[in-house]
Parts: sequence; C-alpha cells; structure tokens
Amino acid sequence: MSNILRTVQLALKSLMLHKLRSGLTMLGIVFGVFSVIAMLAIGEGASQQAQKQVLQLGATNIIVRSVKPPRENASAQNQNSFVLRYGLKRADYDLLSRTIPTVLQAVPIREITKACRYLHREMNCRIVGCTPEYLDMNHLELAQGRFISDKDRREKTNVCVLAAQTAEELFQYQDPIGQSVKIADRRYAVVGVTSAREASAAIGGSMSGQEYNKDIYIPLETMRVRMGDLDIDRRQGSFSAEEVELNQITLTISDVDQVVPTAGVIRESLQGTHKSGNDYSVVVPQELLKQAAQIRTIFNVVLGSIAAISLIVGGIGIMNIMLATVTERTREIGIRRALGAKRQDITTQFLTETIVLAGSGGLIGVLLGLSTPLVFQGMKSVAEQFFFESGGGSEFSEMFSNLNPQVVPASLPLAFGISVGIGVIFGLYPARSAAQLDPIEALRHE
Amino acid sequence: MSLAAQVIDLQKDYMLGAVPVQALRGVSIDFPRGDFVAIMGSSGSGKSTLLNLLGALDRPTRGKYIVGGRDVSSMTDDELSTIRNEKIGFIFQSYNLIPQYTVLENIEVPLHYRTGYPKIGDREQQRIRELAEMVGLGDRLDHRPFQLSGGQQQRVAIARSLVNDPEIILADEPTGNLDSKTEQEIMEMLLRLNREGRTIIMVTHEPAVARLAKRQIYMKDGVIAGEGVFPG
Repeated sequence: MSNILRTVQLALKSLMLHKLRSGLTMLGIVFGVFSVIAMLAIGEGASQQAQKQVLQLGATNIIVRSVKPPRENASAQNQNSFVLRYGLKRADYDLLSRTIPTVLQAVPIREITKACRYLHREMNCRIVGCTPEYLDMNHLELAQGRFISDKDRREKTNVCVLAAQTAEELFQYQDPIGQSVKIADRRYAVVGVTSAREASAAIGGSMSGQEYNKDIYIPLETMRVRMGDLDIDRRQGSFSAEEVELNQITLTISDVDQVVPTAGVIRESLQGTHKSGNDYSVVVPQELLKQAAQIRTIFNVVLGSIAAISLIVGGIGIMNIMLATVTERTREIGIRRALGAKRQDITTQFLTETIVLAGSGGLIGVLLGLSTPLVFQGMKSVAEQFFFESGGGSEFSEMFSNLNPQVVPASLPLAFGISVGIGVIFGLYPARSAAQLDPIEALRHE
Repeated sequence: MSLAAQVIDLQKDYMLGAVPVQALRGVSIDFPRGDFVAIMGSSGSGKSTLLNLLGALDRPTRGKYIVGGRDVSSMTDDELSTIRNEKIGFIFQSYNLIPQYTVLENIEVPLHYRTGYPKIGDREQQRIRELAEMVGLGDRLDHRPFQLSGGQQQRVAIARSLVNDPEIILADEPTGNLDSKTEQEIMEMLLRLNREGRTIIMVTHEPAVARLAKRQIYMKDGVIAGEGVFPG
C-alpha cells in the first residue's frame, strides 16, 4: 500500500482525460458540500449573534417598552382628542419595582427626539431622560466628565451628558464640558461625554436597534418638569401629539433562572393595568437564544435538504458516469487483468477514481464554503431588494439581515469527509462490476 | 532440458448458448526453456482457447497446465492473476496499451500488481528505461500510444511483457496488424529475445512468420493435427 500516491496520481490522469465530464460530474458534490458548510456557518452565526445580543442586553434583564398602538385602534379610542395617550405609566414602574420580589432594580427611561443646538450648529438628537444606572446597564463608558448623579435627579438640575457623535457634531474641536446645549428653548450644562459605542442590534420586531451615538442624556426628573409627558410634533401644517410617561423600564432580575418566570409575572401584572394590551411589549433577551435556535432550525431544514439532495443526486451522477466509464474502459480492464491485476486491484482502481472525483468536488465545495459569508452577503442584498420590500421590518427579515454566518472550522473536514464517503458509497458498485468482468471477454471488447 | 511449461491432456468445454462445445479435446505439449513455438490453425481450431489457457486467463475443464513448477488448473482467480503477473508476458495483435498512459507508464503497469505491492523505486524506474531503450523507444518515453506508429506500440508492448522477467512470452499474432517491414523488425526482436533464452509461444496465421520459429504446431478441431519443422 506504499503506492497510494501513485494510484491517486494515475486516477487523476484517467479523470483528466475527460475534464468537462469530470467537472460536470463533480457539481452535485460541490453544491452538497457547500450547503453543509453554509448550513453550519449560518447556524453558528445565528447563535453567536444571539449570544452577543444577550450579553449586550444582559442575560438577567427584562426590558419593557412602550409601543405605539396601531392607528385604527388609536383613533377609535381617542376620537375626541388630538393627543395619543399610550405606553407605560409611572404607576407601572412602581407596580413592577415594588411588588415583584425577584426584581433587583428597575430603571425607567423616557425618550424624545428634539432639535438641539449649540451656537449656530443644530442637530436632531434622541433626548434620553434616565437615571445614573443607565450608564452601566447599557455598557456605556465615559470619555470625559461624569454621568448624571442622584443629586441631579433630586435637584432636577439642568445638566446633560452628550454621546460621542453629538459632542463631535455640536462642538467639533471645542471642549464641550462647561458649555451648554439648548434643547427646546432651555439650556443644559454639559457635564460629561460618553465614548462611542457599537449600536445594539434589533430584537425580532419588538425592539428596534438602538444607536447610542446621537443621544443626549438628562436626568429623568428634569425631563419631566421641563418637558412634560406631552410631545407635540408640528410639521408642514399637520401636527401630532403623544403623551407617554415612560418609554422603557429595564428590570434586573436576581437570578438567571428566575428571568423567564418573572417575565410571566410581569406580563400578567401589566395586563391588569393595560386593558388594550397592545401599547407595550416585554422583551426577554434570554428568549433570543430560542429565536436563534429557530433560525438555526429553519436553515438546517432548508440547507440540509439541499445538501442531502445535492449529495444524493451528485452521488448517483458519479455512479452513472463510473458505470459508463467501466463500459468504455472494459478493454483496459481486460489488459490489466492479463497483466496480473487481481479483482481487488481493479476494484481499488475504480474506487480510487471515484473517491478522487468526489473528493475533488468536496475540496472545491470546501473552498466555496469558506466564502459563505460573502455569498450570504450577496444573497442578503438580493433578498432585501426583492422579497422584503412589502413586509419590510418583519421579524424574520430583521433577524435575517443581522445575521453574519461564521464558518465552523470543524465543518470543513466534516464536509470533505462526507464527499469522500459519497465517493465510496456510490463508487463501490461500478468498481465491483468492473472487477467481475471476465478477462477474456474484456480483452475481446471493442 | 528443463521445461518452462507443460500441458498434459488439456481439455476445455464451454457452452455456446445451450450447445456444449468441446473447444479442446486433449492437448499435450512440452515447452522446454528457450523454445520458440508457433501455433497455427484456422479459426475454430481451438488455438485461441489454448492460448487463453496458456495465458492463465482461464482454467481447463480437465487436464493439467504446469508453469513454473505449479499446476494452474486448480488455482483460484487471485492465484491465476499472480501467475499471469510473474510467469507470463503478453504481446497482443492489437498492442493493447493503456491509452491515457505514456510509454514509461505503460511499461510500468505490471509492476503495480506484483505480490505484496512492493514500492516502485529507482531500480524499477531504471529497468523501465532500459527496456524502453532496448526496444528502440529511448527518445519517446513520454509519448502516448496515439502518438506512436503500430510498430512502435508493439515495441512498447514487448518492453511491458518483459518488465517482470517472465518464464514465457505469449504472443498472439504479434505482427497481424503490421506491414511487412515492421513485421520483420518485430520478429527480429522476438528472435533476439529467444536467443537470449526466453521461451516464446506465438500464435500466427502466417506461414512466413511461423517459419521463423523453432517449431510449429498445427491445431485442428481442438487437437494437435501436426507438429514439426515447417513445412512439416
């Protein structure tokens, strides 16, 4: 068996005799192997994405957000009012933070988008009314100065902390600390600037992605007294008004195992206070793992079937070609038998050729598989253009567009091994039928 | 004089459809070492059957075929392969080279099937080159069969038949597809091998070729009809 290399070399030589035929025969295996690698890469990407999100949002956190109810309902309820009232109330905050024992801390925030200015420079910012805990909870870091303190809350001071991009756009080369920013006709002294932070990914429909870099943070209490709950938006002759007390409450739960049961309690408690039940949503980061498993399953089923079908069809194609090859080379088989080849030698020869053929297909498939992230990117842009136009922002499309496949290193030898296995399985019959030929008949074959 | 091979009362029956045919009906021949035998006969005389048996491609129905001191008639398929590989060198009418292989690779083929699959090393590569040069193809080592003339292809086949240093060389109408000039060259080569001590058994239709052998055997209806020096 020291001549394995030579055997492989000679097998390659026979295959190279029909380059096009060999190439076409390999295609099935190429796609099959590619699908196997892509399937595992997408599954891995989905679970990594979910884990990252869970880490960002905190595995022990539950996020309750206000959601603007669908228009039809809203107009029916508030027929006599221009003001749309919805969302979480301060009473909800009290309820949740005081009545549920597993809740360690609850952090409320209020968000409004407003124009902010410094001198002549103006930009639209997300004004976030928050508490000191907000900083750690969102993994924000300070670049300069301090964050909002409890004293600011108590005294309802007009201070603000700028996010990185806000500071850069409003102040450019100036040091913002000690200056003041004008928001809705009031001035707020800048006490700190946060460092730039990667935007958080959206979570399936109920929570859109948050970009932290265009924010201004002010104390929640200050926001309440200076701006109120009413947000009036006038533009081009129409105007809308919304009254929201809190946009979000982030609850930290005492123990990881308690998160899911506590989420159930929260949902029940809120059902009591929100009769319509459609103006808030409860997001449990841990449930993202379940979503990731769902994505994984979807892709496993789709790509798994593609892989299985390609591999089987590819295998049958290989078998077909090898049977044709055996017929075509009957005389060669006769010659080899006359020169001393045993049946086993003939089996080995044709099996080697099949394995080399399938293995080469496998190798190409592995190379293609390595480019999965690129291919996926291309698929994504095509899919976004043609399929998600109408249902844009649907849960699945959002998961899909946030997905970055990660090629699993172990999948490469695995997929290659599968291709070789296909070669063995589908090569055995043609190789054996070649070996069973009668040498005299084979020699006489034209 | 020791025998290279010996057949004793060789018989071969086979079924042609439903009809049993006796292709060989008792043939006994001794082949001393260094012999050069031409087997002649019309088609259907049983000479092809005899050649297949001599080539260990088939087993006789009855009788014995002894080559290299061993009786082939009761061997397994694998043992027959080993005998073909070690004791017999084949030369065919239609050369039977492997089309995708070069001259060197074609000569190498029998080495792949040696018992125990020893490595084909430098010594073997050297021998392959020497054989190629001996048959006058030293300058065409990397040519493929379709790039060679019939005579050149047959030389490759002769080199290939010698690579395992066999007891007997079986030539099945080795000049049947060649013009007379090339025929002469090939026959000279066989005669030279015979002078060097090889045992050659050759099947041929042509009396002119048969005449060059040391002795001739005429087959008819599955038995030996005549034997002797031409024209017998």
